[in-house]
Amino acid sequence: MVPSSSSRSRQLAGLFAKAAPAVISVGLLLLAWELCARYSGIKPTILPAPSRIFAQAMLNREALVDNAIPTIRATLFGFACSLSAAFALSMLVDFFPPLRRALFPVFVISQTLPLVAIAPLVVLWFGFGLMPKVLLVALVTFFPMLVALVQGYEATEAEIGQVLRAMGAGRWRVFVLARLPSALPYFFAGLRISITYAVVGAIFAEYAGAAKGLGIYMLNAKNNFRPDLVLAAVGVSAALTLVLFGLAVLLQHLAMPWEQADRQGQGKGP
Amino acid sequence: MSRLELRHVCKAFGGLEVLADISLRVGAGEFVSILGPSGAGKSTLFRLLTGAQHGDGEMFFDGTPLDNHGRHFAFMPQRDALMPWRRILDNVTLGLEVQGFRRKAARARVAPLFAEFGLAGFERHFPAQLSGGMRQRAALLRTVVQERDMLLLDEPFGALDGLTRTAMQRWLEQMWRHHRWTALLITHDVREAVFLSDRIYVLSARPARIAREIKVPLPRPRGPGGDAARQASALEAEILDIILNPGLSPQPPEGYDHD
Ligand SMILES: Nc1ncnc2c1ncn2[C@@H]1O[C@H](COP(=O)(O)OP(=O)(O)O)[C@@H](O)[C@H]1O
Ligand SMILES: [Mg+2]
Repeated sequence: MVPSSSSRSRQLAGLFAKAAPAVISVGLLLLAWELCARYSGIKPTILPAPSRIFAQAMLNREALVDNAIPTIRATLFGFACSLSAAFALSMLVDFFPPLRRALFPVFVISQTLPLVAIAPLVVLWFGFGLMPKVLLVALVTFFPMLVALVQGYEATEAEIGQVLRAMGAGRWRVFVLARLPSALPYFFAGLRISITYAVVGAIFAEYAGAAKGLGIYMLNAKNNFRPDLVLAAVGVSAALTLVLFGLAVLLQHLAMPWEQADRQGQGKGP
Repeated sequence: MSRLELRHVCKAFGGLEVLADISLRVGAGEFVSILGPSGAGKSTLFRLLTGAQHGDGEMFFDGTPLDNHGRHFAFMPQRDALMPWRRILDNVTLGLEVQGFRRKAARARVAPLFAEFGLAGFERHFPAQLSGGMRQRAALLRTVVQERDMLLLDEPFGALDGLTRTAMQRWLEQMWRHHRWTALLITHDVREAVFLSDRIYVLSARPARIAREIKVPLPRPRGPGGDAARQASALEAEILDIILNPGLSPQPPEGYDHD
């Protein structure tokens, strides 16, 4: 059933009610910071107040936006690459389980590489363009997505598989009809985590060297003794992460309409 | 003429012997139950029939050996195994979809059955929005619309509360009288077996053998009360005795001479 508009608005109200504690706690934190910066006597070149950061962000908004765009591009492009790779490989692993034992150790090692060491090398190899950012974003997001997908396939209810096979479905049919949809909750859980890693990965890559981007913007601001601008860029990246996270949640709602049904669990009739 | 016939079917998992020696037959239009305690190996027997696992012994359908690709059975597992992401309508047409039906044709075919299965008006609901009894009926509908030669029902009402289970048993008995499916039902509920079946195979505990074959000569429709109900109670008591006192040398199943 399509949720009626009244239930939609009720959902929205519920969302605000759920968001309220977060808003209040972040607000209190900013307030404490503001008071501390104003009355403790610490110089604004060391600890700028949130109000100052905000004012400076407004003054420099063109530069911030200008630098945010390459970061967004690297994040999304890198994430798209890692997602396609993870999806392709997850299917391969699902159809040929021995591959899992062969490949997973390699991926686990890839996750232990310190970004601090890898980022400059990747920039050295691939230059200041989009490529090294895409690679780093892919590196940090690929494995969590792969694990999420593979785990999701395995969470398929055994009986559903048995029913399908008794109906005459082959492996491919079982994969498409049962294993893939079973993996969706896992996929979205992975997506929500990875999308935050992705932004961090992109900024790290830029920090190691880039023509433009939030990472290089932060580096320059730091070198110019402008912690207010560093923090303004941090604010932008946090906002970016939140938006991407929100998009992932929205996407999950759209892709899994039965989840709401699960939560309501109306239980009707005998 | 029996449709399904098993001869000396055995199955072991490593060292664990689960099915010791199962021989049984199911005739056309007959409702047969396999009654046994939990863990006896009942579900395993169905996994052999649907080809999910392989065992020893011989299995025939209509006199020809059952190969794993023979699609004679419509199988309903112990848990309803409805897909939570599909609406009831799409869950029910699943088997037809796998058989290659177009979505529209499949829907047209199941639509008239929703009322009979007490699911009218719930076509667009997700499984999570249905009660346990309705989910089981949806799973049963998904099973019967495949129009296979024979139904395999694995404890279809095992997860339901007592009242709902009794209601569902009565409903199934009535449905069966209309449709006369050839059916093999697994259950650990003596009353259910007696109420629904033409014949019952009682299994021993693991490793499972056929401890007894019992005919159920009760007239249909099998309502509550009356002479038939007293007869049923006597039969239930007899079966319970076989299960709970296995020491009292079980008779070999009727109609079987072990060559
Ligand atoms: N794949 C398997 N590997 C090992 N043991 C199994 C397997 N499947 C079932 N068993 C064992 O076989 C026995 C019978 O299982 P099952 O057929 O599900 O019993 P029932 O359906 O009668 O309750 C159980 O003891 C179970 O642990
Ligand atoms: Mg079982």
